[in-house]
Amino acid sequence: MFEPVIEGVGVVKRFGKTVALDGLDLVVGHGSILAVLGPNGAGKTTFVRCVATLIKPDGGKLRVFGHDVVQEPHLVRSSIGLAGQFAAVEEAMTGRENLEMVARLFGQDRASTKANVDLVLEQMGLIEDADRLVREYSGGMRRKLDLGASLVGTPRLLLLDEPTTGVDPRSRIDLWDAIRTLVGRGTNVLLTTQYLDEADHLADQIVIIDRGKSIAHGTPTELKKRTGRNVIEVHVRDREDVAEAAKVFAEFGDGDLQTDASTCQVAVVVNGGTEQVSRALHLLQAAAIAVDDIALRPPRLDEAFLELTGHELQERSSDGRVAGLKNASSPDSIKA
Amino acid sequence: MASVAVAARGPSLFTSVVVIAKQRLLKVLRTPALFWTYTMQGVLFLVIFRYIFGGAIAAGELGYTDFVIPGILATGLIWQGMGGAVGITEDVAQGLFDRLGSLPIPRSAVLAGRALADTAMQLWSLIVMTIVSFLVGFRVHDGLANALIAAALIVVFVFAFEWVFITMGLYAGNAQAAQGISMILVPFTFVSSAYVPVESMPGWLQAVAENQPVTFMTDAVRTLTGGASAEVFLGHPASYFVLRSVIWSAVIVLVFGTIGVARYRRG
Ligand SMILES: Nc1ncnc2c1ncn2[C@@H]1O[C@H](COP(=O)(O)OP(=O)(O)OP(=O)(O)O)[C@@H](O)[C@H]1O
Ligand SMILES: [Mg+2]
Repeated sequence: MFEPVIEGVGVVKRFGKTVALDGLDLVVGHGSILAVLGPNGAGKTTFVRCVATLIKPDGGKLRVFGHDVVQEPHLVRSSIGLAGQFAAVEEAMTGRENLEMVARLFGQDRASTKANVDLVLEQMGLIEDADRLVREYSGGMRRKLDLGASLVGTPRLLLLDEPTTGVDPRSRIDLWDAIRTLVGRGTNVLLTTQYLDEADHLADQIVIIDRGKSIAHGTPTELKKRTGRNVIEVHVRDREDVAEAAKVFAEFGDGDLQTDASTCQVAVVVNGGTEQVSRALHLLQAAAIAVDDIALRPPRLDEAFLELTGHELQERSSDGRVAGLKNASSPDSIKA
Repeated sequence: MASVAVAARGPSLFTSVVVIAKQRLLKVLRTPALFWTYTMQGVLFLVIFRYIFGGAIAAGELGYTDFVIPGILATGLIWQGMGGAVGITEDVAQGLFDRLGSLPIPRSAVLAGRALADTAMQLWSLIVMTIVSFLVGFRVHDGLANALIAAALIVVFVFAFEWVFITMGLYAGNAQAAQGISMILVPFTFVSSAYVPVESMPGWLQAVAENQPVTFMTDAVRTLTGGASAEVFLGHPASYFVLRSVIWSAVIVLVFGTIGVARYRRG
């Protein structure tokens, strides 16, 4: 009898000629964190805004706890909390006042407003700053307050659109902890991110979307297994050696080759693990190429895309990198 | 379906409007630049018009001071309204409107709360302007009751025009555009009876000036405060202008309220 938390079937949303969601299928089960992963313009925010009933899909079916977002938006709104892509807090109010406003607008009476606000301030570690104007908050504190504001109505589904973008690494870990704690208490979470490692750390399920379509889904481990292969990346010392190193790698690698003369970097997809690094080093030495740094790392999101879909994600910029993709995790590198 | 039994939570329209109005009021009160704009802008215009044009323009027996001050009081709201339009774009840009839109509150509450708060700030501005008006020589000639009706009418105009500015803010997209679009209304205050008698304009402009809402608004306030000499000068009794200005206000609320709320719902 349990309806899925979110059930999207063939969701379509157009903005003029732009097709932001192009028949997106997506199901979120109970008690989990689902990460929607995709590059800039993939349709992540558009999907979140559809679920939050801020915009109406042009086609398909979209239900939240069994309620259609178009037919019964009020029922959907009673069960969700939204933290949008930009911290939506009022600068001229204190942290406490911001939370009180949202709690009141959830229909809570004064007593439960106060109790919930205190609880959220505590959870977010904002008690000491609760009565300062948000104007004086740092970016990370604003983000926390924003997350708190999405919680204060005790929603059954939390929608977090890039919750850690623009947050320093420490606050990022804090936010991750806060999100995980929530799920421990039974809140369902849908979050969007451009960071593979964020999805990896937080999510039970990942849906990768590109150009408004779901192109792969599964647990983080499943997705990585499906990608299977690793990437060897080398920094050569002298720029003149880049072409030579590329030749070596082209012969020895098992997949897509990337060269970047500006950073003296060459990378190639390989089957296998660490043993490939020593093989690569050996070949480079044989070719008398001096190496600064060599690393074996899992594929970045863009490389995973390529592996999973067989097509390039987006136009590449001149330096060979895919526009709009980030990977905050550093490769586990071996200094040469 | 089991889900049908779930009752919708959410506050009443009244609570929602009050909570949202409070947010906007706190914003203005705690942002000195905004607060002082509401407090001083109207007063500046008032003093400038009173003393710069005071000697140059004749307004019959009424005298220019008693002629122009009702005009300033009735049109100050248009000069100040762009603050409301800009505020909307800021809240949209900040994502505050997204948050509010995701909450289980009546859709109209968000905009109505803004309109209410901005009207309250304009009321404050009107009070300051009225005090200064009397200091620079303005007098009412038709009794306190009519003067109070005039003040109440201005509040009605303010509320009506708030919807124009809210709608402009929603369509503008960013603060600069909102400011630009709001400026469109400023010429309307000049092509009206607000600052100079309509008779001083060329014929084609007179036709526009005589039939647009700002003129009816101004002349309603002018006849209610100026009494018989204003009615003689303008050629109609107060009731003529009051009726037309109220009808215009209703039309403005209806048209812009509908457009604005529709735009807001569309997201
Ligand atoms: N209000 C809008 N009007 C017109 N086009 C829009 C609008 N919102 C989104 N789009 C377009 O829809 C597509 C998807 O945008 P969306 O914001 O959903 O992407 P995203 O995955 O959230 O990207 P990002 O990672 O940059 O936040 C983009 O091509 C974008 O230009
Ligand atoms: Mg986005």
